[in-house]
Amino acid sequence: MHSVSVQSLTLKFGAAEVLKNLNLDVAEGEFIVLLGPSGCGKSTLLNCIAGLLELSEGQIHIKGKNVTWAEPSERGIGMVFQSYALYPQMTVRGNLSFGLKIAGMAKDEIEKRVQRASEILQIGPLLDRKPGALSGGQRQRVAIGRALVRDVDVFLFDEPLSNLDAKLRSELRVELKRLHNRLKNTMVYVTHDQIEALTLADRIAVMRGGIIQQLAAPQEIYNRPSNLFVAGFIGSPSMNFMHGKTVDGGTAFETAGTTLSLSGYEGGAVGARDKAILGLRPEHLEMVDAPIPGKTIPAMVEIDEPMGADSLVWLKVGDVPVSVRVPVENRPEHGKSVHLKVDISKASVFDAVSEQRI
Amino acid sequence: MANTTAFDQVPSGKKPTPFITWQRFVVYSVLGVCALFFLLPLYIMVITSLKSIQEIQGGNIFVPTMSPSFDAWEKAWNSACTGLYCEGIKVGFWNSVKITGPSTVVSIAVASVTGYSLANWPFKMSEFYFTVLLLGSFIPYVVMLYPLVIITRWMGIYSTLPAVVFVHTIFGLPILTLLFRNYFASLPQELFKAARVDGAGYWGIFFRVFVPMSVPIFTVAVILQITGIWNDFLFGVIYAGPTNYPMTVQLNNIVNSAMGGKAYNVDMAATILTGLVPLTIYFVSGKYFVRGIAAGAVKG
Ligand SMILES: Nc1ncnc2c1ncn2[C@@H]1O[C@H](COP(=O)(O)OP(=O)(O)O)[C@@H](O)[C@H]1O
Ligand SMILES: [Mg+2]
Repeated sequence: MHSVSVQSLTLKFGAAEVLKNLNLDVAEGEFIVLLGPSGCGKSTLLNCIAGLLELSEGQIHIKGKNVTWAEPSERGIGMVFQSYALYPQMTVRGNLSFGLKIAGMAKDEIEKRVQRASEILQIGPLLDRKPGALSGGQRQRVAIGRALVRDVDVFLFDEPLSNLDAKLRSELRVELKRLHNRLKNTMVYVTHDQIEALTLADRIAVMRGGIIQQLAAPQEIYNRPSNLFVAGFIGSPSMNFMHGKTVDGGTAFETAGTTLSLSGYEGGAVGARDKAILGLRPEHLEMVDAPIPGKTIPAMVEIDEPMGADSLVWLKVGDVPVSVRVPVENRPEHGKSVHLKVDISKASVFDAVSEQRI
Repeated sequence: MANTTAFDQVPSGKKPTPFITWQRFVVYSVLGVCALFFLLPLYIMVITSLKSIQEIQGGNIFVPTMSPSFDAWEKAWNSACTGLYCEGIKVGFWNSVKITGPSTVVSIAVASVTGYSLANWPFKMSEFYFTVLLLGSFIPYVVMLYPLVIITRWMGIYSTLPAVVFVHTIFGLPILTLLFRNYFASLPQELFKAARVDGAGYWGIFFRVFVPMSVPIFTVAVILQITGIWNDFLFGVIYAGPTNYPMTVQLNNIVNSAMGGKAYNVDMAATILTGLVPLTIYFVSGKYFVRGIAAGAVKG
């Protein structure tokens, strides 16, 4: 049984189709991240699961129950928002217990749950304060607490860390992961931040234009992006793309006047294509002094960006800028001609027309 | 360049100007004249109400009396003639209270719920409905007067307090609904969603989440309605019926009563008494009023 199952979901705002025949199955206890650029429909999908938007078509099941038309409070979900959305006139305690009071829960049970949530999130000393007197991080903790006290199986997060500064964001990220390890709830988490997605997710659903482009484990998405969009969206700095064509019956790739052998490409035979794109992550390139036939491309060093642990070197292959990650002690001379050794087993080849990985 | 030091250079930007410039002088003069223009009648009213009739007839209207007396005020409140009765303007005062209280409460109750629905529970045609409501505020009152007479008569409430409360509620709706709709629309949408996830329904969200957050806008609405309804003459004279005439109508009757000579001191006292309620509200609530308007204007 799936924890959350979205089936053929279509959602329209007037004439605009924001989600298009979308399917998504989330396993029990899974941490799923919906990742994509702003406006791709992530929040809309989450709101549909929460029951805050009426679907145009399709169904939603939570824990095997068809909840397509159920009220948000009847779905067994808790939700955390980017803007915290705490009730400003209530104390933290009031915020946590509001939903439970509405549900008509007994006083001592409410008290027990509030205590437990405040222990887990370490907000005990804040219980009698109003949200206005809390910092951003504390507010978001309370917002998570409000979902926690509901004692639900599914947590929905809509960019919960986006309003926090960088340091708090990484702290709370770790805390969220800890929370998930402890509670083992199903989590559906929306973000546009790929670091959050890569660090938190069991599986990532990369979205664009209301369509899930790829749904897979973070490593899989990173190593084998299913299309050009996913390849470019995931990874910082981005994957390098070299336009060219496959030659010798698809056993080699020709770009900028150089031919690279494709033997060892894990996608197997790529076939003959007039227009193809070779995608290489910066860490899968290496600067060498001497050319190796079929394995290197000539390039010229432009600038480098030391980043503490390692350094990012920007080179030009013909006119195309290419980045390479190198150990920080290997800083090259600017303007130097070098050769880039390609690790073809880690590369991705895309069809330039369909933009799909081959 | 080599020889110039930092001290030789002319500072960039404009030098701050002294407080008194001729522009400022003109502005403050005009403002002063305007203030005098509006304060002078009030001054004359107050000193006249404290004079005796003999003093008024004999003296200069700008000169205050040497022996002020509150007799005229007493008469205006308790025994001035307002048509058939001579029970003073206090009758009108209590009528106005009876009209203003319920009208304010009912109109704000209806408008706040309407605004809340339009902002947070959009239904089919809700934008159209809102537009029609707004158009309503552009229709001149006089066009609606007679139809409303017929409607209230049909409802069986013509010439009673409920009729005038009904009419005030109707005419208050467009502007108040706009006020509330915009305020509720400016509250974070995520708050509304959070309350729904918490299981709060239509009324639960309204009363337990939104109303406690909306004190500023309710304050503005209360002030608008109390002052507006208290100052009303037309609806009072048409729909309330003679026994329920509000203070403004009775003031008019006192001032225009044909019996005896003109008792200017009583007229002035009655006028000040009538204006006292809105005046007090403005003085007491000015701060909150501005705060409420600002709260409505600033998003979030
Ligand atoms: N209430 C609405 N009415 C009309 N269009 C909307 C509404 N909410 C969102 N949209 C549109 O739907 C698209 C997806 O929005 P959203 O799900 O919020 O994106 P995001 O992935 O950034 O969370 C956007 O193009 C947005 O303009
Ligand atoms: Mg969003």
